[in-house]
Amino acid sequence: MGRKLLLDKAHVENIRQYDVYRQNGGYRSVEKALKSMSPDAVTEEVKKSGLRGRGGAGFPTGMKWSFLAKPEGVPRYLVVNADESEPGTFKDRYLMEFIPHLLIEGMIVASFALGSTRSYIYIRGEYAWIVGILEQAIAEARQNGWLGKNILGSGFDCDIYVQRGAGAYICGEETALLESLEGKRGNPRIKPPFPAVKGLWDCPTVVNNVETISAVVPIINEGGDEYAKIGVGRSTGTKLISACGNIKKPGVYEIDMTISVEEFIYSDEYCGGIANGKRLKACIPGGSSVPILPANLLLKTAKGEKRIMNYESLSDGGFATGSMMGSGGFIVLDEDQCVVRHTYTLARFYRHESCGQCSPCREGTGWMEKILWNLESGKGKSSDIDLLWDIQRKIEGNTICPLGDAAAWPVAAAIRHFRDEFEWHVTNAAESQTRNFGLAHYANELPVAPASV
Amino acid sequence: MTTFSPEKLNEFQRLVSAYPEGKQKSALIPVLHLAQQEFGGWLSSDTMDYVASLLKLDPIEVYEVATFYSMFNLKPVGKYMFEVCQTGPCMLNGSDNIIAYIGQKLGIKPGETTADGMFTLKTVECLGACGYAPMMQLGKHYREHLTKEKVDAIIAECSQQAAKQN
Ligand SMILES: Cc1cc2nc3c(=O)[nH]c(=O)nc-3n(C[C@H](O)[C@H](O)[C@H](O)COP(=O)(O)O)c2cc1C
Ligand code: SF4
Ligand code: FES
Repeated sequence: MGRKLLLDKAHVENIRQYDVYRQNGGYRSVEKALKSMSPDAVTEEVKKSGLRGRGGAGFPTGMKWSFLAKPEGVPRYLVVNADESEPGTFKDRYLMEFIPHLLIEGMIVASFALGSTRSYIYIRGEYAWIVGILEQAIAEARQNGWLGKNILGSGFDCDIYVQRGAGAYICGEETALLESLEGKRGNPRIKPPFPAVKGLWDCPTVVNNVETISAVVPIINEGGDEYAKIGVGRSTGTKLISACGNIKKPGVYEIDMTISVEEFIYSDEYCGGIANGKRLKACIPGGSSVPILPANLLLKTAKGEKRIMNYESLSDGGFATGSMMGSGGFIVLDEDQCVVRHTYTLARFYRHESCGQCSPCREGTGWMEKILWNLESGKGKSSDIDLLWDIQRKIEGNTICPLGDAAAWPVAAAIRHFRDEFEWHVTNAAESQTRNFGLAHYANELPVAPASV
Repeated sequence: MTTFSPEKLNEFQRLVSAYPEGKQKSALIPVLHLAQQEFGGWLSSDTMDYVASLLKLDPIEVYEVATFYSMFNLKPVGKYMFEVCQTGPCMLNGSDNIIAYIGQKLGIKPGETTADGMFTLKTVECLGACGYAPMMQLGKHYREHLTKEKVDAIIAECSQQAAKQN
């Protein structure tokens, strides 16, 4: 069994309450950082840990912190991204619901490192009941001297506030989030300037994911070097995976990034296998935006190696034969699921969530949805598949923010790997309305590609 | 008249106090949530104008925000709104059937409200409960692992609660 750094205490009875959390070793990292470390030393420790952002992009957190501009007399802000709206992703909710003090503790340490005296949690509006849980934890932390003025006599002041969004996936994109936090529409900003220079109210700002900030607690407690020993290569520490779809045991799992995808899906410690005795057809391993893979390419890379649940291995083969770690939203499709229909729901999602600023994204997502709906409902033409391919190509890379790419990639990957399932919908239009294409050859062992030089 | 009670005005002050001096516009989304909850579950133009006056904003600044976010209702909705997720992971677990079943039970299509103003059925995109699918949001909370039986029970629960309030 792997080590648990974030969830080891999550199921201690009443761990949401301050006293219980404290008795279980809570707030030690704040004591350590504020009493015995400088802000730069905290950042240094995070750098050593190799921690990479858990929001999806995987950018090294320590490096991000060290880029924060520090002009004299200008406030700096830490903003925690709790927008969590990428389909398949529900891990931040788990942390905040079950062990809210962990996030608050991590935020105090991170705020100290960054010099943020006013830090915000921006939480998706639908998580309405979690706002109260967080505000309760913040109030308890303040009553016990972990927030407010001159914390632990260190001279450092800090307060934390929670802001609710109101239903918009795009507000997970960091600059759209900042716009929303300023009380505006969630239209992403053109970068540069980056938030590290001009963020919230034009001040230098760091935006980090809930899980990223929570991981700061074990890093400070145990030291960055210790944290880096867990995992492999540039995938250090533990990662939360939210697993869903057609598996026996959907839920949130903390893994160290050395286990294989096969073990994650079939072991009773994790997903427990495919539900209802069915076979695995496909999987989107890192949230709806990352490429879908058929069973054969999911379990083994094109080189024939076991695929591992980490950043490097999941992206092995690039988009041609690999996928991405993304946000850790692990979506499993069994043999009776239709990839066209699933892709259609994702296209509808991105059309619904496009902010509309850039025409390739605004128009392209609408087109893709319509064409996919035609294919799915037996009204597609064979030219539609190439048209879809063309549209997604024209969105990718031509937009202000990465939502355009996020909308294009799932469609591209579905066509790349499941083209015959799409074609079957055209050639067998009537039949496609009464049955699904099924598993076909998607789980068959693939010939190993010769190693390229 | 559209005005907050003294108690809600306190809540309004608390929301505004989360931001530095002069940045009260940041409180707009939280205040719109409060207003929607207070004034019948939707935002009329009167309500939006009132929020603008409280925050010293131009009404247009409020309209452009209210129309952007999917949780703000710009038309009246039923007393109970079933917001059922229809995105991929929920679809894999039968959300289409649940949506159809609710529609059939209530005699309405997605986007519609029952004639008695009790129920609205709305389809929504991923709510971050994909592992507990199919699911819906009802007020502040989620109802997860939905089955037809659970839907029946939820409808009965709402009807009873409404009857008690009358
Ligand atoms: C369309 C879109 C949606 C995003 N949604 C989220 C989200 O819900 N939560 C999140 O942490 N990051 C999200 N991100 C990534 C953020 O922009 C940002 O990279 C992240 O919050 C940085 O935190 P990290 O470095 O700790 O991962 C999203 C990005 C895009 C383009
Ligand atoms: S890519 Fe789409 S979501 Fe992003 S800014 Fe452009 S229109 Fe908006
Ligand atoms: S897909 Fe329905 S909650 Fe995520």
